[in-house]
Amino acid sequence: MTALPVISARRRRTDLFARGVFAALTLVAIVPLVLIIYYILDKGLGAISWHFLSTDPTGNFLGDPGGVKSAILGTLEIVLIATALAVPIGIGVALYLVEFGRGTVLGGVVRYFVDVLTGVPSIVFGLFIYTGLVVTHTLGSFAGWKGAVALALLMLPVVTRSAEVVLILVPDSLREAALALGAPRWRVVARVVLPSALTGLITGGLLAVARAAGETAPLIFTMGSTLPTNFDPFKQMNSLPVQIFNDVGQAQDRLVTRAWGAALTLVAMILILTLIARTLARRSRLT
Amino acid sequence: MEAHVATPGGAPSIFEGAPGARAADRVFRSVLTALALGILALIVFFFVFLVVKANPALSRFGIFGFTFNNDWDVSRSTYGAWPLLVGTLITSGIALIIGVPVAIATALYINELCPRRLRGPLTVLVELLAAVPSVVYGLWGFLVLVPKLKGAQQSLADTFGFLPFVGGHVAGPSYFIAGLILAIMILPIVSAISREVMSTVPADHKEAALALGATRWEMIRTAVLPYSRSGVVGGAMLGLGRAIGETIAVTLVVGNAPQIGKSLFDQGYTLAAVIVNEFGEAATDRLHTGALIAAGLVLFVLTLLVNAAARALVSRAERRQRATGGAVPAGAAAAARVGA
Repeated sequence: MTALPVISARRRRTDLFARGVFAALTLVAIVPLVLIIYYILDKGLGAISWHFLSTDPTGNFLGDPGGVKSAILGTLEIVLIATALAVPIGIGVALYLVEFGRGTVLGGVVRYFVDVLTGVPSIVFGLFIYTGLVVTHTLGSFAGWKGAVALALLMLPVVTRSAEVVLILVPDSLREAALALGAPRWRVVARVVLPSALTGLITGGLLAVARAAGETAPLIFTMGSTLPTNFDPFKQMNSLPVQIFNDVGQAQDRLVTRAWGAALTLVAMILILTLIARTLARRSRLT
Repeated sequence: MEAHVATPGGAPSIFEGAPGARAADRVFRSVLTALALGILALIVFFFVFLVVKANPALSRFGIFGFTFNNDWDVSRSTYGAWPLLVGTLITSGIALIIGVPVAIATALYINELCPRRLRGPLTVLVELLAAVPSVVYGLWGFLVLVPKLKGAQQSLADTFGFLPFVGGHVAGPSYFIAGLILAIMILPIVSAISREVMSTVPADHKEAALALGATRWEMIRTAVLPYSRSGVVGGAMLGLGRAIGETIAVTLVVGNAPQIGKSLFDQGYTLAAVIVNEFGEAATDRLHTGALIAAGLVLFVLTLLVNAAARALVSRAERRQRATGGAVPAGAAAAARVGA
């Protein structure tokens, strides 16, 4: 039996040094998250009250600035509309890629273009809707539904990519078994493929929703902003990100405080969605 | 799967259903294909539409004149996007220089070095950075980083003033602050892609290195890094694409001065920020609107080029992985998680 090779002191030092650097940089990577959460809690928690959540911003230059009710409701409604648009289309495209497009030229081209869409900055989507629907006064000027369309464009590639990843994981043997029993393709998809991939599809959808809920740039161009609560998507609507953006620039402490409170509300909403999505994803991987 | 399926006793198969099943299948297939083709049509339309709308500015100044003239002055109606383009490149460059080493170190630490128990929590913590909205980064940067780092920026500028583009006047909001915020924002995506690519390194390679007596670091240097290099570079470029297009956070901290700043710590402007700030006043001015759309187009083309290169690199890493028997494309799952 031979002894294990001896590692020289110099090599051992280099190894320790490299490990130390990697560990330290990992710590550095976590610092910003801790700092941001600390500041949002520190400055935002004081702003949050029932009054804050249940009143619209007043727009008064002096006195009570009001809360963020219209912004919260606006964000919820817009994101809901965007999800209703993007998720069915996104999953449809992913189904095409997985069920019919594997190994075909068209499938490859579509996949590439979906990737391209993923890389398009959100502001370009906003600009597109602005010039295409707002400037042309299609069904009015700035309106909630135009913001929803911009968000849907943004969500579409995210939904498609994540749906494709989980649909590919559905074993072909399941598909073949159903086909062998004489089931038409659409029933195989509806009764076998989609149910098996359901958890993964929901995860992808939630992550896309979380992403869209925090977007500001596409909304500024398309939805405008208004103070009172408005459920009519054909008029201007308020939203949390736009409200924060507008408040930050104001030099008044009470508006800045409202911005921190709104940021806390928004981050809490998004973190909850993200954590639900991740929990679902972990569970689906086990089963 | 054609025609009738015989079942014991001659009863029709449970899946036989209505006689319209075949027709329904054809409809199903055409609908999905139409959706897929719709995506292609959308992107082509997107591009053509923006070019048409940008035309007032592009035909007035020419594509080259618009892109490379160092003169953006709304009051004189001259629009040369060079200072904005430079600002975009400087801030994204800073983001890469700060963000990528940290992201790679994080990926290596989580994948190769940290105790198994810490792996999950660390991954979540790093990737949660991707869940913080852009406007919240902007809020934090504008209200916290800009005032708190003014002193630090000044001392950096004074200490390293002998370097070009470093010394001199320090503005509160600056290229540097914008780059720092961008570095934080691209960290999760670069780290996630790197981790995904590094986890495709065959265990054989790593074990062989360790068996030959390599230390952990030597194993990383000789087995992990060379194998995953192209994927990691691809991940970094995806981060670059993200940084180039990032809007709201940068708008709040870059200072919004339409000229090329004299140093890293001076105020500047970026393509995305100028669009947000000026589209309101530009609404009645076709030339100005055209110029902003043209700025968006430059941004679009820039991100397309960067992303195409990134995808090519990452998919090369994927192909190699598929050759070694991986099931899911590298990076795809991680990319979906951090929304790339």
